[in-house]
Amino acid sequence: MSEPQNSGARNTILSKLRASRDAHPVPPVASDFTVLREKRWDPAERLERIKRLMEAVHTEFIEATEQDWPAVVQDFLAREGARTLLFAPATPDGAALAKGWTANQPELVPYDGEVETFKERLFDGIDAGITSTLGAIAETGSLVLWPTAEEPRLLSLVPHMHLALLRADQLHDTLWQVMTEKGWAAGMPTNALLISGPSKTADIEQTLAYGVHGPKRLVVVIIK
Amino acid sequence: MVESSVNFAKASSAALKDPQLRANFRRAMDGLMSKRAVQFADTAEWNGVRTLAASVRMRALSKLPELLEQLEANCTKNGIQVHWASTTDEANAIVLSIMQRVNAKLVVKGKSMVTEEMHLNAFLEQHGIESLESDLGEYIVQLDEAMPSHIIMPAIHMNTKQIAHLFKQKIKEAEYTEDVAQLTDLARRVLRRKFATADVGMSGVNAAVAQTGTLCLIENEGNGRMCTTVPPVHIAVMGLEKVVEKLEDVPPIISLLPRSATGQPITTYVNMITSPRKPGEKDGPREIHLVILDNGRSNVYADAELRDTLRCIRCGACMNHCPVYTKVGGHAYEAPYPGPIGKILVPQMEGLAKRGEMPHACTMCNACVEICPVKIPIVEIMGRLRAEAVHPGNAVKDAGARGSKAEAMVWKGWSTTYASPTAYRFATALLAKLGNAAPSSLPLLKEWTNVRSKPRFAARTLHDLAREKGIPDV
Repeated sequence: MSEPQNSGARNTILSKLRASRDAHPVPPVASDFTVLREKRWDPAERLERIKRLMEAVHTEFIEATEQDWPAVVQDFLAREGARTLLFAPATPDGAALAKGWTANQPELVPYDGEVETFKERLFDGIDAGITSTLGAIAETGSLVLWPTAEEPRLLSLVPHMHLALLRADQLHDTLWQVMTEKGWAAGMPTNALLISGPSKTADIEQTLAYGVHGPKRLVVVIIK
Repeated sequence: MVESSVNFAKASSAALKDPQLRANFRRAMDGLMSKRAVQFADTAEWNGVRTLAASVRMRALSKLPELLEQLEANCTKNGIQVHWASTTDEANAIVLSIMQRVNAKLVVKGKSMVTEEMHLNAFLEQHGIESLESDLGEYIVQLDEAMPSHIIMPAIHMNTKQIAHLFKQKIKEAEYTEDVAQLTDLARRVLRRKFATADVGMSGVNAAVAQTGTLCLIENEGNGRMCTTVPPVHIAVMGLEKVVEKLEDVPPIISLLPRSATGQPITTYVNMITSPRKPGEKDGPREIHLVILDNGRSNVYADAELRDTLRCIRCGACMNHCPVYTKVGGHAYEAPYPGPIGKILVPQMEGLAKRGEMPHACTMCNACVEICPVKIPIVEIMGRLRAEAVHPGNAVKDAGARGSKAEAMVWKGWSTTYASPTAYRFATALLAKLGNAAPSSLPLLKEWTNVRSKPRFAARTLHDLAREKGIPDV
């Protein structure tokens, strides 16, 4: 951890910027966030809109209840032929999943060690991963994820299929509202994420293709 | 000095004669423009968010030195190591020293225009480090040993067939296919192995939040998340203008950037990174480095008018709407940033001796200004740079480098003629008589006619005709 911090460049740059700004000061600029504040949807419309926007980019939706979601997920994965499901055993959702899982089919794989200890299996031997979410955003059809020590970042990225649990009572209007109302600026996590569909690209002649580097499929489990 | 300048006229003539290239760009730009228009159908919403986003960028620039210091302090507090580079050479040296310390052999890169400024790939390869682009478009361009032709869609100049041939030729396990899903899947398989084994991941930064020390990255493919999460070391590079004051300043930018760029409501991933792996966390890099690069930006900042160039959020919409870019494509500019924003940014970074031609590759039609999500007065700055190129001064590097005595004489003669009725009448009468006989290869005249048809002069001047109709001279 000992690269030169290049304080020479730092001081040169900052003093030059300061001198330029002071020579030609810009009058204080105010920002009016009304346009974002006023973007509101009726609570009943939010889920509809989220589904419509996310389905337009190939997201799949399945519905469940707080009681039966582990079984719904297990049925779904069995039908899709998934052999392995990576999960976060130390989260409440992870505990509920393990408790509701029968016959270990598909195989539940806990993400309970540092990634270095099972990178190969993560990249080559996992079909699906399941995470919780902090809700979703109606404006753009986006899931909000704050990965944690218990629910690591790569759970939603490396497996070919990502299943995300979305509680139907955690739907917000815009990113701006979520971050201001929940006070994100007071303590950002290591990584905060919005996910709005499976991985995609249009880099070959603007033809949309799904599953380029991240998950090929995103399945949202709506818990009502 | 002017000899070493980049010859846009020559490169663009070649591009204009390539029907495949023109068809590829025409088709792509038409698609991008219509998709964007759908996203901004609600004019009131567009005006509101656009005014807000422009204010966010202007506010950031109004406090730029303070915000950079605040960003540095908060990043450092969060465990992100901050480095400063005045030049691309310094930035390359910083990146290399980090890589050498961790004994890196392979670096995977997310899309970053700043690393294009740095020519980082070539630099690292010289030092024995494999530097692999992982954004699909950048990967294609790197396989082709070419430069990106668009800042958002780097391989937009190629069609599927050309990419299919390239993959067959350059990737060992490739079967020839023109199926885009299969080509994409092939790249997925090749690059996943690289993500899993890379020593370092690199990325750019779409916005850096001073208030929280957060780096925001948006992308569709997931390669950006791979590069910033899987390898043990993450190095982010940013131009010093990318800072914003508060976390709440990010949503307006995220609202406009993907809609302007590709006409999608949001990118698949919005990735906000605030610290390296904390004790107890199971993945994420153990080190994050942020390299803040100047490379001429502080010069741009020094001029009250040119400063607006630094508002840019790199959406590329100005390229998509530019009649010149659409016809000649990105490579003709031979610059990291093509199109309208390139025409005002690159000359300021690299100087007017080398890049004095770029601001002239513009019809001043104003299409870019109308769609710019942060209201950069691109055309006004273009005009200013044309003037700077011929008048010695201090505002822009190599100001005056393109000044020519002959051109100055022509304009002087023009203004004298227009200021004197006698001279004007004499000159127009002369052109009416002899203009059509003058060969277009005459010195001075050929500067105009080598890219334009010579005008046909009417046999009688307008004044003549008016006088005949009894309209008196003023």
